[in-house]
Amino acid sequence: MNRQKQSYVTIKGTKDGLTLHLDDTCSYDDLIAELEEKLTVNEPKESDGPLVSVHLKVGNRYLTPKQEEELRALIRGKNNLVVQSIDSNVITKEEALQWKRKTEIVSVSKIVRSGQVLHVQGDLLLIGDVNPGGTVIAGGNIFILGALRGIAHAGYYGNKDAVIAASIMKPMQLRISDVMSRAPDYKTDERNEMECAYIDDDNQIVVDRLQLLTHLRPNLSR
Amino acid sequence: MGEAIVITSGKGGVGKTTTTANVGTALALLGKRVCLVDTDIGLRNLDVVMGLENRIIYDLVDVVEGRCTIQKALVKDKRFDDQLYLLPAAQTSDKTAVTPEQMKRLVEELKQDYDYVLIDCPAGIEQGYKNAVAGADAAIVVTTPEVSAVRDADRIIGLLEKEEHIKPPRLVINRIRGHMVKNGDMLDIDEIVMHLSIDLLGIIADDENVIKASNNGEPIVLDPSSRASISYRNIARRILGESVPLQPLEEEQKGLFAKIKKLFSVR
Ligand SMILES: Nc1ncnc2c1ncn2[C@@H]1O[C@H](COP(=O)(O)OP(=O)(O)O)[C@@H](O)[C@H]1O
Ligand SMILES: [Mg+2]
Repeated sequence: MNRQKQSYVTIKGTKDGLTLHLDDTCSYDDLIAELEEKLTVNEPKESDGPLVSVHLKVGNRYLTPKQEEELRALIRGKNNLVVQSIDSNVITKEEALQWKRKTEIVSVSKIVRSGQVLHVQGDLLLIGDVNPGGTVIAGGNIFILGALRGIAHAGYYGNKDAVIAASIMKPMQLRISDVMSRAPDYKTDERNEMECAYIDDDNQIVVDRLQLLTHLRPNLSR
Repeated sequence: MGEAIVITSGKGGVGKTTTTANVGTALALLGKRVCLVDTDIGLRNLDVVMGLENRIIYDLVDVVEGRCTIQKALVKDKRFDDQLYLLPAAQTSDKTAVTPEQMKRLVEELKQDYDYVLIDCPAGIEQGYKNAVAGADAAIVVTTPEVSAVRDADRIIGLLEKEEHIKPPRLVINRIRGHMVKNGDMLDIDEIVMHLSIDLLGIIADDENVIKASNNGEPIVLDPSSRASISYRNIARRILGESVPLQPLEEEQKGLFAKIKKLFSVR
């Protein structure tokens, strides 16, 4: 065996299992071969011991979903080992764009009119109004510099921490994640103050002064 | 080369046909060559309001389907000397008898001969609407001071803004009744303009003389003494690019609204 050769796999024991550092310059096949060998050498004899979590650090190597699957299967095939995480420094452009879209603030200058739907992946900064019958949807938060008189849906993909803020808050409907609230059937006075909507501890949408968000949602500062 | 203006609203019965007839006639009174096109196929009535019903021989569908030339189908308004014409809608066919491409070509051809081609649009946002806007360079959105009419106007403005060949639409608020605004039963002008945020081209009072005139086939604008007539003439002048301030009659109303609004917001 070529034990003396430079090793592609370094195994470290930590308090929460094993961390495997996998070399990112060798070929994938060489890596798999050595991993198989090292794990077999160190494999405990009994198969009924407690499960040990394995964390993979793959450095600057990009793993396809298929390769990730192969690694997981290989490790699970050894007694008592199970992959808990795979950590790579690289992601695909597609994933990067997706990430960017989900975290960026999209500013749009327009009036969203009756029948129109404006949908963004990240936060929405609307420089204009949402008229009755118009809809704005965001994966993140919604900030409206004008009047909200239509429908706003923040946290569209399930984020319950998302908020909706508007200079004039007179919505037909507010939705955050899967929680919905609708305008009262009576006419309310127009307040002269920017307001915000968020989900409170009772899982209800409440509308209140904008300034409360500083305490309620400190993560809004980025 | 003339300009084609579509008159539209979304909601029916708010005054598209009345506006087309009166603004068209007013433009002719100001010396322009005008052609009115009725695209409300199956429900034509621009010819009735203009008093030209009895002279129709061919219609828009005949032209599009090649049964006659445009010139043959145009009905001349005898009150003018070669200045005002109407291309009537077909009464028998339905809206699918014409395509947007055909309308575009037709309007293009009319623009060679006329300063203004005014296109009366049917209600709704389907085929009839698409036909009416296909050849237009500009748009007038008509609404009344009612929530449902304003909502539909908003929808239409959204659709018009997507049409790159059409200039930003302008607004006409029709059938304003002072006492209903006073009672809070109607929206006021400022509220509507702020809400729709497009330019206001004019306002017209609710006036039973408008209905009487239409029934007689004599657009109200031909009677210079009526309030509505002056409003329509002002709209025509604004279309020609004149900056006509809200006319005393209109102003008086607007001042009244402003005052009422103040009274309300004080409480
Ligand atoms: N300013 C006005 N005052 C009073 N009646 C009006 C006014 N404008 C329109 N009308 C009436 O309202 C009705 C609908 O108008 P019309 O122009 O046919 O609407 P549309 O073409 O949008 O369906 C008609 O009977 C018309 O005479
Ligand atoms: Mg009509």
